[in-house]
Amino acid sequence: MEPSVKTVNLTKKFSDITAVDSLSLEISQGETLGFLGPNGAGKTTTINMLCTLLRPTSGSAYICGIDAVKYPLEVRKKTGIIFQEPSSDDMLTGYENLYLHAMLYGMNKNSAEKKIKEMLFITGLEKRAGDQVRTYSGGMRRRLEIARGLLHEPAVLFLDEPTLGLDPSARREIWSYLGKIKSDRKTTIILTTHYMEEADSLSDRIAVIDRGKIIALDSPSALKSSLGEDLVFLKGKISDQALNLPFITHFEKKGEGYEIAVKGLSKNIKKLLEEAEDVSEIEIRRVSLEDVFLKLTGKKIDEEGKEESGGVFESVVRYNSVRK
Amino acid sequence: MTINFRAVYAVLLREIKVFTREKERVISILVSPLLFLFAVGKGIEADSPAAGFTYQQFIYPGTLAMVILFTSITYGLYIVWDKRLDFLKEVLAAPISRGELFLGKALGGIFSAVCETIILLIIGAFFVLKINLISALLCLLACLPISLMITAMGLSIGGKMKSMEGFGLVMSFLTWPMFFLSGALFEIKDENFWLKAAGIINPFTYCVDIIRRILIGYSHFSVFTDLSVIFAWLILTCFIGIKIFGNLQQGK
Ligand SMILES: Nc1ncnc2c1ncn2[C@@H]1O[C@H](COP(=O)(O)OP(=O)(O)OP(=O)(O)O)[C@@H](O)[C@H]1O
Ligand SMILES: [Mg+2]
Repeated sequence: MEPSVKTVNLTKKFSDITAVDSLSLEISQGETLGFLGPNGAGKTTTINMLCTLLRPTSGSAYICGIDAVKYPLEVRKKTGIIFQEPSSDDMLTGYENLYLHAMLYGMNKNSAEKKIKEMLFITGLEKRAGDQVRTYSGGMRRRLEIARGLLHEPAVLFLDEPTLGLDPSARREIWSYLGKIKSDRKTTIILTTHYMEEADSLSDRIAVIDRGKIIALDSPSALKSSLGEDLVFLKGKISDQALNLPFITHFEKKGEGYEIAVKGLSKNIKKLLEEAEDVSEIEIRRVSLEDVFLKLTGKKIDEEGKEESGGVFESVVRYNSVRK
Repeated sequence: MTINFRAVYAVLLREIKVFTREKERVISILVSPLLFLFAVGKGIEADSPAAGFTYQQFIYPGTLAMVILFTSITYGLYIVWDKRLDFLKEVLAAPISRGELFLGKALGGIFSAVCETIILLIIGAFFVLKINLISALLCLLACLPISLMITAMGLSIGGKMKSMEGFGLVMSFLTWPMFFLSGALFEIKDENFWLKAAGIINPFTYCVDIIRRILIGYSHFSVFTDLSVIFAWLILTCFIGIKIFGNLQQGK
């Protein structure tokens, strides 16, 4: 079967910045792809090209087999998008925003009304639907935009940090709805988020993107097991024998105990505890997607951070010397 | 090519709703024309070039045209706000062609201009001169191509503009000169070559001329000339506008 989304050497340059750099990717129908990456990695730019808001500098993108550069209008019939930035109309009511959206996407009156009702219920906005959006709180606005993006039941759904600013229960509600449309309608979902837990629980595959390039692409569990180890903190007297067990990749003394990186934790924890002499406290920290993310992209943030602080320090020094 | 009228209607509906909710905007547009009509029109004791009419009555059609000019151009430029507030993205990502989006927006501009024109017609009929129903309707009819032409101008400039800062520039360097050089406030004399030349190039001259003909039966050019020039400019500005809309992308 042909992939729902396909990009071939997709590239976008803004004058001197290459925001997206020869991205090639295939996403099959019904798959959820989590798009992770530090700020400015090129996630939004990629999504904008896929939903035909931006023309690529070079390369091509296909949505459901349709060329996004040549037939943007056809592509837009297939896609739905929730933007990173607020994009609802302040002067209109929530209901009007949704209704206009339904009209733009050619829904007929009956199904539009039914669907709007359903979406308002799911996002908990029924009571405020008649108020102008400018009277909404930030989170309510976000919910409205989610309702709007899902309204016309797109085949491919782009979610750019959809749950930004939502409270935990609203977030969970949206997650379960996304799970539902995925299994009921086989909606293909491309999701960017900075909440690792969200990416982990929703995505079939994760693409980590940095400086416009994909630097890792795999299922969340594969990424975790290939790039991270579970950590065990043991307090008490630990024998050298235990610390030298073959499944331990490294250990470090921390305070009154050890921080130990363990491969295959579930299988091996029993053996580790048997070999350790006298354990008074155990703490286990499972590897998370966040560890993977930091390992893949974290160093660079560090370096840039140092440069920046150096810059600030320098300017303070300069400022002082000028004052004198 | 088929036009997706439902989507065009959706855009128009949004414009109508926003227009009717922004009362401040509706009123503020009328301030300058009313100042000209009542402060300048009554204050300056000038002679009217049109026999049998006062100076205020002579400039009334010009202020009516001015309302159309200001409403349409500010309406067109407001697309910059849509861009800035990111609302435009929602429409740009929807299955509606840029041409249809332009059409919806242009219809919105015509709607706003017609509403403002009606207000000024009512004020004029009460305080300035007798206006019969037929000439009022003819004014509204003339308002359609005029406002379309100027809205398209505004949308073209707004489509290219990056921020609202350019707004003042457009008003000072385009809108006001168009108004002053149109003969709305005085008759353009043949002896003054430059003023005359500017008046002939200026499309707004013909808008004032045709409305003045409708309301007080006084004009420089034939109806045919007026309409031909207006329609020629209309086709040009719409063509440019649709081209510019075709290139609208999501940039900040
Ligand atoms: N319109 C634009 N003009 C110039 N540069 C841009 C433009 N849009 C994005 N960029 C640049 O492209 C790069 C990628 O930006 P993008 O918005 O895609 O990042 P992102 O991955 O979505 O980041 P975030 O997590 O902060 O949302 C950045 O360096 C940004 O400065
Ligand atoms: Mg982004």
